[in-house]
Amino acid sequence: MSSRPELQAPPEIFYDDVEARKYTSSSRIVGIQAELSERALELLALPDDGIPRLLLDIGCGSGLSGETISENGHQWIGLDISRSMLDIALERETDGDLILGDMGQGLGIRPGLIDGAISISAVQWLCNADKSCHEPRLRLKAFFGSLYRCLGRGARAVFQLYPENNAQRELILSFAMRAGFAGGVVIDYPHSSKKRKEYLVLTCGPPSMSTATPSAKGEDAGSCSDDESSGDEENQTAQATKEAKANKKGKTRAWVLKKKEQMRSKGNVVPPDSKYTARKRKAHF
Amino acid sequence: MRLLTHNMLSSNIKGVINGFPLRIEAERVVVKQVDFNPDFLKNMFSKIDWKALADASKIMGYAELPDEVPDPSVLDSDEFLRKFHHALLELHLEEGALVCPETGRRFPVNKGIPNMLLHEDEV
Ligand SMILES: C[S@@+](CC[C@H](N)C(=O)[O-])C[C@H]1O[C@@H](n2cnc3c(N)ncnc32)[C@H](O)[C@@H]1O
Repeated sequence: MSSRPELQAPPEIFYDDVEARKYTSSSRIVGIQAELSERALELLALPDDGIPRLLLDIGCGSGLSGETISENGHQWIGLDISRSMLDIALERETDGDLILGDMGQGLGIRPGLIDGAISISAVQWLCNADKSCHEPRLRLKAFFGSLYRCLGRGARAVFQLYPENNAQRELILSFAMRAGFAGGVVIDYPHSSKKRKEYLVLTCGPPSMSTATPSAKGEDAGSCSDDESSGDEENQTAQATKEAKANKKGKTRAWVLKKKEQMRSKGNVVPPDSKYTARKRKAHF
Repeated sequence: MRLLTHNMLSSNIKGVINGFPLRIEAERVVVKQVDFNPDFLKNMFSKIDWKALADASKIMGYAELPDEVPDPSVLDSDEFLRKFHHALLELHLEEGALVCPETGRRFPVNKGIPNMLLHEDEV
């Protein structure tokens, strides 16, 4: 049988109670999804002004990607087609609001208000026809069209995805462009079969400097084959994760302290700073 | 589901022209405290449909918001921001439904999650 979950069953069937729990209790998956989400947020390039933004997490699942959004200080609304995945998100007490919905039916969201969207390991699901009434092209059109409408002008949407092949990547990209998005594909570590990760970076509005596709990571790995450099890669990954974590924690706490100071100077009553200030919330199981 | 999300959602049924705001049927409302962030509120203020928020918070049992769209100068008032914060982010519709204003179709809300999945003939 294929190892691609997309080819095994429709998402709301594949991600049942058992799979949803298995998915979310694997520390390997938790780590990977956090890293992908962190990179997607970086590619989203939100203004660095400390103001929390309102983001969408499409195919939010059990909230692993959303947690990264919360850690970066933003608000989010998550959409997923699997009730089992959303139930786990409830258990984990994620901060975002959750909606049971099918992105292929289009997003029912008022126009022009959302500051950005991410989608981690989800959009490739749209390329399958899981029901007789499913026509992937119509579903991609409905999805990208509605996403384009609900985003503010200049806002970005970043999709980390696993296309099955070139044709699928082209198909997804072409429907994004038709909806009016500018942008393209960013491939991090293109020379490594293990670390290679693919992101669709889209901007709402006509092409301009700001819609130019950002540069990828690890593009100049030269002729190193995966096997030769795999030991090194593990190291690099660990190092990168560590840096990302330290950076994330530091930024958040510093930011909160700064905000509290600002509020105090305005004469507001603000709780005293303690070791709990801006502490990362523990996941609940 | 918070009223922030209610203020963004609209009915997506094929043929519906004005699916906003979804009418709230509140069976159970819970209040969850969240950190107060004036910057977020100030940034959201212009995006919020005020009447929808004021009406929704009333249905949820909180009648402290003005009915008319307030002048943006109120954003300097801490008292106003606290009320706005409470209505937007702390009131949760836990059980009940969202109803399409045009067709009357009910979208049930269970454990705070609205089921917005459409039937085949609604797409
Ligand atoms: C691999 S999981 C990723 C979940 C989450 N983003 C994360 O990073 O952990 C893919 C998710 O996409 C969801 N999904 C697939 N097709 C969908 C659709 N048509 N509408 C909404 N969600 C969908 C699945 O239910 C599943 O939760």
